[in-house]
Amino acid sequence: MNPVFSLSARVFLACTLVACSTGESNVGQGNREGVFHVGNGSEPQGLDPHVVTGVPESKIIDTLFEGLTRKNPWTLEPEPGAAASWEFSEDLRVITFYMQPEGRWSNGDPVTAHDFVWSWRRALDPAMGNLYAYMLYPVENAEAYATGKLSDPEQVGVRALDDMTLQVTLNAPTPYFLQLMDHYSSYAVHRATIERFGKSTDRFTQWTRVGNIVTNGPFQLKEWQLNRRIAVERNPHYWDADVLRLNGVVFYPTENIVSEERMFRVHQLHYTGDVPLNKIPAYRKLPNTPFVEAPFLGTYFYLLNTERPPLDDVLVRRALSLAVDREAVTRNVLYGSNNPAYSITPPGTLGYQPPQLFSYDPAEARRLLAEAGYPEGAGWPGLELIYNTSESHRKIAVALQQMWKDVLNIEVTLSNQEWKVYLDSVSEMNFQIARRGWIGDYVDPNNFLDMYISGGGNNNTGFSDPVYDDLILQQAPRAATEEERFALFYEAETRLMEQMPIIPIYTYASKHLVHPSVRGLPPNLMDFINVKYIYLDDVPLTEIELE
Amino acid sequence: MWRFIAGRLLQAIPVILAVITVTFFLVRVAPGGPFDSEKAVIPEVKAALEAQYRLDLPLGQQYLAYLADLAKGELGPSFKYPGRSVNELIAAGLPATAELGAYALLVAVVLGGLAGVIASLKPNSAQDYIPMSVAMIGICMPTFLLGPLLVLLFGIHLEWLPVAGWGDMPGDKILPSLTLGAAYAAYTARLSRAGMLEVMSQDYIRTARAKGLPEWQVVTRHALRGGLIPVVAFLGPAFAGLLAGSFVVETIFQIPGLGRFYVQAAFNRDYTMILGTTVFLSTLIVLFNLLSDVLAAWLNPRLRAQFGEA
Repeated sequence: MNPVFSLSARVFLACTLVACSTGESNVGQGNREGVFHVGNGSEPQGLDPHVVTGVPESKIIDTLFEGLTRKNPWTLEPEPGAAASWEFSEDLRVITFYMQPEGRWSNGDPVTAHDFVWSWRRALDPAMGNLYAYMLYPVENAEAYATGKLSDPEQVGVRALDDMTLQVTLNAPTPYFLQLMDHYSSYAVHRATIERFGKSTDRFTQWTRVGNIVTNGPFQLKEWQLNRRIAVERNPHYWDADVLRLNGVVFYPTENIVSEERMFRVHQLHYTGDVPLNKIPAYRKLPNTPFVEAPFLGTYFYLLNTERPPLDDVLVRRALSLAVDREAVTRNVLYGSNNPAYSITPPGTLGYQPPQLFSYDPAEARRLLAEAGYPEGAGWPGLELIYNTSESHRKIAVALQQMWKDVLNIEVTLSNQEWKVYLDSVSEMNFQIARRGWIGDYVDPNNFLDMYISGGGNNNTGFSDPVYDDLILQQAPRAATEEERFALFYEAETRLMEQMPIIPIYTYASKHLVHPSVRGLPPNLMDFINVKYIYLDDVPLTEIELE
Repeated sequence: MWRFIAGRLLQAIPVILAVITVTFFLVRVAPGGPFDSEKAVIPEVKAALEAQYRLDLPLGQQYLAYLADLAKGELGPSFKYPGRSVNELIAAGLPATAELGAYALLVAVVLGGLAGVIASLKPNSAQDYIPMSVAMIGICMPTFLLGPLLVLLFGIHLEWLPVAGWGDMPGDKILPSLTLGAAYAAYTARLSRAGMLEVMSQDYIRTARAKGLPEWQVVTRHALRGGLIPVVAFLGPAFAGLLAGSFVVETIFQIPGLGRFYVQAAFNRDYTMILGTTVFLSTLIVLFNLLSDVLAAWLNPRLRAQFGEA
């Protein structure tokens, strides 16, 4: 028996005999020391901003790195980040960023315009295999370089005029471009560090490990224990270090949201990434509830394969959609935690209101189905709905299956598929109806509507309309004003919902448990956390008693 | 004895090779690949990724390259966690899983063994029925039910023990070890009861009693060693099973172990990670089976004699 084992065995036995006290909670200690304890979903794939994709990764990377801008968590307007200021050219195609004079990497090196030029070329390098390379496509020649059609990175529209001045040239005016500047795919990485550990495009190097990684954000990496925790501490070289009020953040890979909720209840976490649906009613009843819910930029919907009968008939598609009582779904299945959706773009996206062409209308649904040749469901050929294995997807599918049975007297069979099998079915369009969700990468209707251009990579329905394509790809980007652009989006979305290649079901809501000691963490449409604004009040910990 | 061990080890090689081959090709048959995601992947990006992971080579060539790496002890880079090798991930997950498995086994042997021996001393009495009924419940109760129940009672209502974690707070190892050990304790209880009952009816026990030994000495000095042989035979496979099967407990208690990596790897189509953990665990299973056979032989004089001749 090795000494470590025997020691821990003895400790274990001692603890079994004498019930141990659990010590001070993370929240209590964190409030005193200014350390924020966060439940963060899953173990991050990694910390290289040009390699990873995913929400848990982005939460950590946003504390370690900083893009040219950083969003204000209340308004979501861009605030100075690595860039102190910026200006647009007359034709809105050229943006000049002026770097922070005091911008420093965590090793003390200055953050320069050259860092961004080198990093963007890396992010776009085809050899990098960056899944989010497309976020930089609005930049001139970025797409051509990323897809190998252009081999000279010098041609990409990002240049350093001098150490402190970065000039970005766009293909066309892009109203949401500044928003992309605080998406991790546009972050700068430290060239010397990356090159010290291997080729710049190599995915397998050690440069992101504790002790190796150099970052330019408010925090730096302190500890990384796989599947256990990642801790970050203040970056002493950060240009805006004076405004920081937190001393550190600890991220826990809480894959199991039920366990995460229990950790919150015993004050092990300040903040949870999610809340189990069935706990929501009990939390809502608490005085001073820690349950925080807000509209989130995402839509839950069903894809309809318009190339296969009976869904090749628009009447059938509309009948199915009109027979869905979305209010009942959100109220009964989702515990009132999300809003019904009647189109693909979430309402209020940058002030844009999507059209609502229909509502729950059983009589009209029956009429449409009869017109399509299936009166009262007679002669119905059957239909299969697929969803990826998950309890909440199943509940919604069962609810809709029942609504279609009750309203239209038709049979729809349900089939759950393991995640990757489901992804394969969707991308190969090997389905009739498939569950789908879409979370916006940036706040602009374009991010939802450009999915449905003909042959779009995320279209997956067979929907194709040349007028729609023209509106989205040609007219909207050239619109003179925001109102005009939104009017074009409205027109396009109206055409989309008349053809109904999708059945929108609900608009997402972000759901978190937030300890009352946490301040400066407002809910917002992007579910975005800006650590610069967060601080912890030393409030007494009260017991959380759920009914 | 050594020839027996060497022979068993030689037999293990084709077994493990077969496991590798079957796993290697089976994971490739499964629909979906490691780089599929909810958002469409640009074809050029996918091609670049596949090239970085040798997926652009013909499958046969990939297989041979994998075997060549394996011969050097390299399990390859993980698909899901770029920048980490499978060796590193296994090394990171193994200590927690092994420690959890060891404690669970301790729970299984101590609680289960004790219950079984007690039950066997007065068969078909309350002293037998009560522990055996508890054991039956233990076998039937899945860990995903027992775990949360224990957490609710000891973690949330009584606040005696932490609800999750591993080595982060004093006492946080107790509930996971009890949860994982309970089902195995139930098995060992039944095995040790059966083993003891068989031994207690043997002639040499009657002899021991006849020479006037007190009953507790009959049990501890003569019966226990023979009675626990079935338990020992069970322990090897059980420990391997604990290592491979601790996924649920690791998830409930947020334990940074191997089980979570193993199961997630399958969902992620992390080819190298699936293969690496499968190879590693199957090797362990073979080794632990061998170990428990050797141990059983050592406990059982009749088997020991056989090896002595060989």
